[in-house]
Amino acid sequence: MASLVGSRVERKEDKRFLTGKGRYTADINLANQTYAIFVRSPHARASIKKLNIDKALKSSGIVSILTGKEIADDKIGGLIAGWAIRSEDGTEMKCPGNPPLAKDNVNFVGDPVAVVIAESLAEAKEAAEKVEVDYKVLKAVTSTADAMNGDTIHEGIDKNLCFDWLLGDRQKVKEAFDKADKVISIDIINNRLIPNAMEPRACVADYNAASEEITLYTTSQNPHLSRLIMSAFGNVAPEHKLRVVAPDVGGGFGSKINVYNEDIVCSWAAKKINRAIKWVAERSESFLTDIHGRDHVTHAELAVTKDGKFLGFKNETIANLGAYARVFGTVTPTYLFGPCATGVYEIPAAYTNVKAVYTNTAPVDAYRGAGRPEATYTIERLVEKASMELGIDKTELRIKNFPTAFPFKQTLVHTVDSGDYVAGMEKAKQMADYKGFEARRKESEAKGKLRGIGVTSYFEACGIAPSAAVMSLGCGVGLWESAEVRFNPTGQVTVYTGSHSHGQSHQTTFAQIAADELGVPIENIDIVHGDTDKGTFGMGTYGSRSLAVGGIAIVNACKKIVEKGKRVTAKMLEANPEDVEFKDGEFIVSKSNKKKTIGEVAFACYLPGVRDEMKSPLPEGDEPGLKETSFYDPSNFSFPAGTHIAEVEIDPETGHVKLEKYTACDDFGRIINPMVVEGQVHGGLAQGIGQALYENAEYDETGQLMTGSYMDYTMPRADNFPEFNIGYTCTHATTNPLGVKGCGEAGAIAAPPTVMNAVIDALGGQEVTMPATAEKVWKACKNLKKSNAKAA
Amino acid sequence: MKDFNYHSVKDSKEASKLASSSSAFLAGGMTTIPSMKLGLATYKDLIDIKNIKKLSGIKVSGKSVTIGAATKHVEVSNSKDVKKAIPSLSSLAEGIGDPQVRNRGTIGGSIANNDPSADYPSACIALNATIHTNERKIEASKFFKGMFETALKKGELIEAIEFQIPEKSSYQKHPNPASRYAIVGVYVAKHKGDVNVAVTGAKSCVYNDKEMSKALSGNFSSSSIDGMDLDSSEMNSDMHASAEFRASLVVTQAKKAVDAC
Repeated sequence: MASLVGSRVERKEDKRFLTGKGRYTADINLANQTYAIFVRSPHARASIKKLNIDKALKSSGIVSILTGKEIADDKIGGLIAGWAIRSEDGTEMKCPGNPPLAKDNVNFVGDPVAVVIAESLAEAKEAAEKVEVDYKVLKAVTSTADAMNGDTIHEGIDKNLCFDWLLGDRQKVKEAFDKADKVISIDIINNRLIPNAMEPRACVADYNAASEEITLYTTSQNPHLSRLIMSAFGNVAPEHKLRVVAPDVGGGFGSKINVYNEDIVCSWAAKKINRAIKWVAERSESFLTDIHGRDHVTHAELAVTKDGKFLGFKNETIANLGAYARVFGTVTPTYLFGPCATGVYEIPAAYTNVKAVYTNTAPVDAYRGAGRPEATYTIERLVEKASMELGIDKTELRIKNFPTAFPFKQTLVHTVDSGDYVAGMEKAKQMADYKGFEARRKESEAKGKLRGIGVTSYFEACGIAPSAAVMSLGCGVGLWESAEVRFNPTGQVTVYTGSHSHGQSHQTTFAQIAADELGVPIENIDIVHGDTDKGTFGMGTYGSRSLAVGGIAIVNACKKIVEKGKRVTAKMLEANPEDVEFKDGEFIVSKSNKKKTIGEVAFACYLPGVRDEMKSPLPEGDEPGLKETSFYDPSNFSFPAGTHIAEVEIDPETGHVKLEKYTACDDFGRIINPMVVEGQVHGGLAQGIGQALYENAEYDETGQLMTGSYMDYTMPRADNFPEFNIGYTCTHATTNPLGVKGCGEAGAIAAPPTVMNAVIDALGGQEVTMPATAEKVWKACKNLKKSNAKAA
Repeated sequence: MKDFNYHSVKDSKEASKLASSSSAFLAGGMTTIPSMKLGLATYKDLIDIKNIKKLSGIKVSGKSVTIGAATKHVEVSNSKDVKKAIPSLSSLAEGIGDPQVRNRGTIGGSIANNDPSADYPSACIALNATIHTNERKIEASKFFKGMFETALKKGELIEAIEFQIPEKSSYQKHPNPASRYAIVGVYVAKHKGDVNVAVTGAKSCVYNDKEMSKALSGNFSSSSIDGMDLDSSEMNSDMHASAEFRASLVVTQAKKAVDAC
């Protein structure tokens, strides 16, 4: 039987999605359901003086209006930060309460203060307009860089500072800098982004008064975690009385990891009114209230010798958390950021210091790449600047500082098990025709255009997160994954995974893995996920963890099935279990022609006992049935890496940046389905290039979101991109049995510095902040013209 | 969206009869419907004029191209007659919004709305258009009054737009990367005797840039406007482009348009 792993198997989910048969949360309608509209703060920071619902209650079709008072009276808990971070001075991070409905204070535009529940959506909207809230507007804090100097947003949290965290050794870094021939320094902004999943958030909550069970259908990347948080911290219902279903979900990019206010409020309110409640976000609500991403202000320095050896690195960053610290809010700018700050280089001394601040803006949390794009942007912009200042070719300078052997023990935390960074660089250069660039630059110049080339070599730590590693770093939880492999008596297989697919093609790739492991045709394998009633537990999908953690759990559960199958076969064929081999779906007694198919074995497992000639095939001690579970906690992160090269052409008259060529050469370890991986790379690149050239979330000084619709927030479109030139090198991960690493975030991690390095190269080294919009680039071109004229 | 009465009418007379201070004519609805959805506009009556046969269609004579007000952008961009008579008008239509907008939006709707960054108003100015309404004929230069303001009176309905066929013309747009409306769009048209340089997006309303028109009427070459330093004091300034950048773009796009003629 040919292996399915490694082949371009067509997606099992495509028929459903392409024929409109997907079932998203908004497609779910329950009998007698009501509709919810949230009344939200129009102010970035205010105290609530009075909230009057009398007029709204008289509106037609009203079922109930609930406010922050009721939710507090019912002792429903608030939203939480999932990871505890300690400051450099040893103090615990400071997190404000974040009630699902604000009672006393609102802290960003969109913070909900009441929910209006009505018989129809139109009636709910109509009534919501009649809810009267008397706000005392306070001065908002909106700037990341100045947040520590602003008014105190949350009582008792001085300087709006959540924590002041350090990773690394300041003294060693100082010594390294003292020895340096040269110090390269850079000030950069990692621009704020809005994830913009295609499907806006939604939830439908239902309550069964007889069983006292709440069922919540929601747009989540991790239904079990949502249930855990809502139960343990939200006090909504005990876990066994709360079912969370995340059906088809149309994209998440991290924005659907969080439990949101609406999930808690609708679940709680459904029980209160004893009816189902449906809420679907409008796009403008998504802009305002989905978590945002990035938003760092960084000063970084690299100490180098004159021949280009890196000696030391420091990174001083202010990270914006927004109004509240949410689930991955505190870990994203720390453990997902700091350990990757030194990139793919051997740098003997390094530290990263992060000050996480609150502002009156939407909460900032994990967005595709989460911390690693910010880290990579800093080091790769710095290395590119070093190459300019030292006059050393940008690829040679990088190679000079690559690790020479693997495992590669990094300065800060990680031990990278495998990789070949030089091979990746050489292949990328070849794919991009790096040598031919000067000729192309001259051609552009002849047309009056400026051409630049940019390089990024990146690695990232994904497959989050090994408990041993992260708990020793001080984090509260590790992130293992579970799988359950169930055989039906007639031989088909259902695989439950705790991962969640919201675009990642698990139905196909996980089936490929199980098909290879079990020797069962792929069409006989179903992948099930996204329902707390269907599997024991699951951590969900983010941090490129589905395959490297969830996939391995499936492999391990399959191996347990095979082990049991060997014992059963041995009993059936009167052989020793040690003599039974498994290959391509058949259990074969070695040195004989005796064998059983896995289907026969499964059937036998379900029919134990003695009748006439038929005797139980189950060995003593084995129970009937064929179902195995694995909880897999990885021994280490996985470390994809690669080199990307971009070429841009700039029209100095208009500032227009045209991305001419984009080459990505990635090492994802073993690839399960090249077609799916290409999709992931394309999507990641689109978002990374989007950050570099187009996307920007902008608040004005009063905290109003200026980019609250697609009229002003530039979502990149297909015509903004060239055809991507994609290639791979492959070193297998040594820390998991499949040798896989993870590919979901690489594009978003590598693309911003790659594109910006190209833009800045074209601009003769002049700094431009992301996104490199036409006006910024036009101004830089004017400066360049002036300085060139002076030089001449 | 608040409830409203929907009327589909068969002729202009019926349309103006229904018009009131709380009504709006509905053609493609590309601005009206989103404004209503967002609660920025409410109407008691929407008068759908798409079914007025007379309002759709394209007629070309030796001197002019006349386009019915309810003609969709896609019909203008696909019209062989328009392509032949005024190719720049066809390509302007092809560059409006996205396919969904071009399949619904109409020329009359665009002009009546007079969005300061819409494309069509610049075509009207550059191509010395005459706006035919159910009551009168209005010259384009007197039609566009200010931001979202036109010479139309309440109940007055645009029936057709008559464009003068120029010797040469070109429309060049620097689009807003998000909305793809014009940050600056410049429509250059060389007629017998004079040159129009109609600019959209740069100020609160479309206008004919006299300075560039004069320079190009003397010498129709991009070198005659190269480096021209336009007064940016009345130009729009927002997060997408400052007034200074817009002033520069006006010249750049005008040069491109002249070169493309």
